[in-house]
Amino acid sequence: MINLPELKAILADDKRKTIENLAVKAGAITRQYFGRTISLYAPIYLSNYCDNECIYCGFSKKLKIKRKKLSPAEIEKEMAQVAKTGIQNILLLSGGSRTQTPPVYIENAVKTAGKYFPSISLEVYSLEEGEYRQLYRSGVDGITIYQETYNKKRYNELHPSGKKSDYNYRYLTPERIAKSGIRYISLGVLLGLHDVAEDIYELFKHLELLERDFPGVEYSLSFPRILPVPGTKFKPGSVSDRTLVKLICLARILFPRVGINLSTRESGRLRDHTLGLGVTRISAASKTSVGGYAGIGREDTQFDVRDRRPVREVVARLKERGFDPVFTDWRRIKNGP
Amino acid sequence: MLKDKPLVIGGKKIKSRMLLGTGKFRNKKDVTESIKASGTEIVTVALRRIDLKRHEDNILEYIPENINLLINTSGARDAKEVLRIARIAKEAGYGNWVKVEVVNDSKYLLPDNRETVRATGLLSEEGFVALPYMYPDLYTARELVKAGAAAVMPLGSCIGSGRGVKAKEFIKILINEIDLPVIVDAGLGLPSHAAESMELGADAVLVNTAVANARNPKSIAKAFALAVKAGRLAYLGGVPGEKDSASASSPLTGFLFEDKND
Ligand code: SF4
Repeated sequence: MINLPELKAILADDKRKTIENLAVKAGAITRQYFGRTISLYAPIYLSNYCDNECIYCGFSKKLKIKRKKLSPAEIEKEMAQVAKTGIQNILLLSGGSRTQTPPVYIENAVKTAGKYFPSISLEVYSLEEGEYRQLYRSGVDGITIYQETYNKKRYNELHPSGKKSDYNYRYLTPERIAKSGIRYISLGVLLGLHDVAEDIYELFKHLELLERDFPGVEYSLSFPRILPVPGTKFKPGSVSDRTLVKLICLARILFPRVGINLSTRESGRLRDHTLGLGVTRISAASKTSVGGYAGIGREDTQFDVRDRRPVREVVARLKERGFDPVFTDWRRIKNGP
Repeated sequence: MLKDKPLVIGGKKIKSRMLLGTGKFRNKKDVTESIKASGTEIVTVALRRIDLKRHEDNILEYIPENINLLINTSGARDAKEVLRIARIAKEAGYGNWVKVEVVNDSKYLLPDNRETVRATGLLSEEGFVALPYMYPDLYTARELVKAGAAAVMPLGSCIGSGRGVKAKEFIKILINEIDLPVIVDAGLGLPSHAAESMELGADAVLVNTAVANARNPKSIAKAFALAVKAGRLAYLGGVPGEKDSASASSPLTGFLFEDKND
């Protein structure tokens, strides 16, 4: 593992040669372990109700936005729409409201998703181990859970109230997930909340611990850059493309077999160019509003999509660049005993 | 040319001693071309990568009809999951040959030998032809024989690493002691690694990453096939070299038994 001063030095060094050297190394490792395959997924937002007030998020309960949660019929409609695009890996998201979207609501959405998609992941509020187990048995294969920032002081400032204000409960979430039997865990920090080097260093350390304690889980990393929230004073730190590329390369070099995700919040150009360097999984044609695919209501989005290309186009571009787009990377089997 | 016994797997005579994996290729056309160039008769496909819904771009469309499919259970973490995957494959019409792959370590992707033995037992009971991918351990190999395996597939080195036959000493023990076909799987990064495995006396090799990642997969597939043939021929010809239970070509103590008076 790298130490913090080394990581800081690399992030501070924007010389062409430094970045190129990292890229060459990371590219070779990626080819070795993943070949030229890129998995595709799409997010589906179930609800934007939230009981928390994370100051960097457009769904915070403090904000006056139109709230919406999909009804069972709407969930079905939304999923049918996404399935038509050929996407088979799905990420279901929901705002942090246990009251509006309790675990059983999520479980029902998972069961519906099972009719359309072979692989289902979730990005929802932190749950108990038993609740994760229940979701696993209902067909959940993966969970995305970001610590947001690993700096406790900053974490407390950013999460002033609600269940999410408990740093330790959040930190121990991946452990509870791993114990529940779930196969994939995706970790990350929101870049721009705190010092990037410090957060990334802690993220890598967290991953290293998890790999040691729960070697059977497949891990992946994400590096989302947080954007300003309209209507609030929140100003994220800026994180350059060069920094992002260095992070992707470092992650690949330090964790050769770990998946790296890149969402449509990044531009098509950046996404195209980072493919060979370490990214193994990208979202495509994402809608980040609740009901966005089936055109159910026009609610506010969690973040703006920069890469708006349809799946067809993303696939064509991947092939053009010598990559094999992978739609199916898991076959649904009965999870659990 | 020395006469060779055919390789028999699941009751089928197999002429080519090279098996080819289909993962990680940059496009599916390269898969077809590599299969043809290598002359392989058995290819592995991960069930998790078969798109049951889409017909266009489905990996199976790119595998010629006369090729035997060996479905691998990649993604399975225990014996039960192996069985579930195998059943889905059988129901979908992909036959009953299964490469048992149980991995419970995402960092090195090493196979879990204990679960592999259990999985092999469960599969054989249900009539599958099970080819377990394993860490080359003699005790495990013996258990696999009892569990009804059709072959054993010890790793040469970590999967995808291309580091060659690092586990050579232990693979050799399996070759000596186990009556089933021994197929060296994983870690063969160069045609010379394949030749080395065959010189040792392996019955076949399985190659994937080295071909899939090559600039020209077709010619590397061909190179591997030739290396496999060369290695086999060397083995049959009794390649001179370090041997564990050596028999010198002209006995050193033969004079003691010669009927001569000085
Ligand atoms: S980040 Fe999640 S918990 Fe926080 S306000 Fe947004 S939706 Fe709610």
